[in-house]
Amino acid sequence: MNDIWAALGAAITLITHADEGLMEIVFLSLRVSLGAVVISTLFGLPIGAALALFKFPGRKSLTILVNALMGLPPVVVGLVVYLMLSRSGPFGVFGLLFTPTAMVIAQVILVTPIIAALTRQVIESLWEEYDEQLRSLGATTLQALQTLLWDARFVLTTAVLAGFGRASAEVGAVMIVGGNIDHVTRVMTTTIALEVSKGDLPLALGLGIILVTLSVGVNALASILKDVAQRRQGA
Amino acid sequence: MTNRSSILPLVVKGISFKPGEKKLLKDVTLTLEAGKATVILGPNGAGKSLFLRICHGLLPPSEGTIEWQGANADDPKKGQAMVFQRPVMLRRSAGANIDYALKLHGVPANQRRERVVEAMQMIGLGRFIDQPARLLSGGEQQRLAIARAWALRPQVLFLDEPTASLDPAATHSIEEAIDTFKAAGTKIIMTTHDLGQAKRLADEVLFLHRGRILERADADAFFAGPKNDLAQAFLKGDLLWWKRKELQPPSERHHAE
Repeated sequence: MNDIWAALGAAITLITHADEGLMEIVFLSLRVSLGAVVISTLFGLPIGAALALFKFPGRKSLTILVNALMGLPPVVVGLVVYLMLSRSGPFGVFGLLFTPTAMVIAQVILVTPIIAALTRQVIESLWEEYDEQLRSLGATTLQALQTLLWDARFVLTTAVLAGFGRASAEVGAVMIVGGNIDHVTRVMTTTIALEVSKGDLPLALGLGIILVTLSVGVNALASILKDVAQRRQGA
Repeated sequence: MTNRSSILPLVVKGISFKPGEKKLLKDVTLTLEAGKATVILGPNGAGKSLFLRICHGLLPPSEGTIEWQGANADDPKKGQAMVFQRPVMLRRSAGANIDYALKLHGVPANQRRERVVEAMQMIGLGRFIDQPARLLSGGEQQRLAIARAWALRPQVLFLDEPTASLDPAATHSIEEAIDTFKAAGTKIIMTTHDLGQAKRLADEVLFLHRGRILERADADAFFAGPKNDLAQAFLKGDLLWWKRKELQPPSERHHAE
């Protein structure tokens, strides 16, 4: 028990002293996860909005697929991306395996379906409400889409935050495609896994505290956004 | 509004609407001219709202045609507005909701503010211009929907049971606004279940039942005594005729006799 308290104390010292090793890992983690979320948003929002608004053959199947992909096991995504990027894989020539870019790619695959599926849900229910009114006012589909995205901006931001939550907490995919190389691809989650297996608790606990704080922060932000939306839009 | 050449008359030729097995509108043919306020009466499921939506272009008819034959009917959509039973407000301020509608209708930015303010004042909501629209009460939101329509200066205003869920005060306010539209020369085409309201607002009445127009008459004549027996029963508040199986339009009944 004393060991745990000692480790916790050491962890807090690492955080309060902004330990260089710890900060390097935190910044790399944020770079990878934020990068992945930005790219996933660029893909996910239009895919989700298109699924909500346009009627085309296969729309229902695609919706089911996107919903199903929300629960993709990270290790499987890691494995597939690994195979694609490995020397003998189709994208091996780019030499991306065991780089932060490979980690971003894997997380984009994990996060895009989350943002797309949540966007579809949000836009579809808003479109149900707005449909006749917007068409009555003479809005084109493109104008309707812009209006829907704008009016749903607060809820959509929470969808993006959900994507960030998934990316920052994920360990399986980044471990496989990043390789957990010190100073290169070592992020918070993979470091925790490694340090715990080594029995070196302070760094693992310190990163754990930061991860949990990040998660609480993201959820608090989502809740604040909901309040702002209610106050400013009555939505 | 009156000095512009109109998109009216609206010529409806043989329209039917059949989304599935059942025909919900059956061979409706009529011409709606400028001027008179037309109120469509009939029980639930008669096809009143469908008819409005098809005329306004929100639904395509399964058969038949809708033609705006006025001199200014190149872009008939611009000459129309519709107010729905439940007001749909965008997630922005009351004023911004009207501004949005004006923008879609191509009103230049420098004229929009003035028209927003004028419309909000017309309906008595001037003080709410910067309030989030969806935080207004149900009655205020419906009045805002009317103001949004007013700002568009439509030649034709469709209203689908605009006071169905409102209290008497809000209903009165909406009816006053509809009178203002009429005075400005806007053609009113509306549905209602409120017979008192129909008497107050209608110049002519269309009686619709199970997808067919059974009677069209001037409002005074209709309320004095409709010719159609189902319309008579409807006005009396009689529900017995729901049980009638053989239901034919007057013309077909005449042939059958």
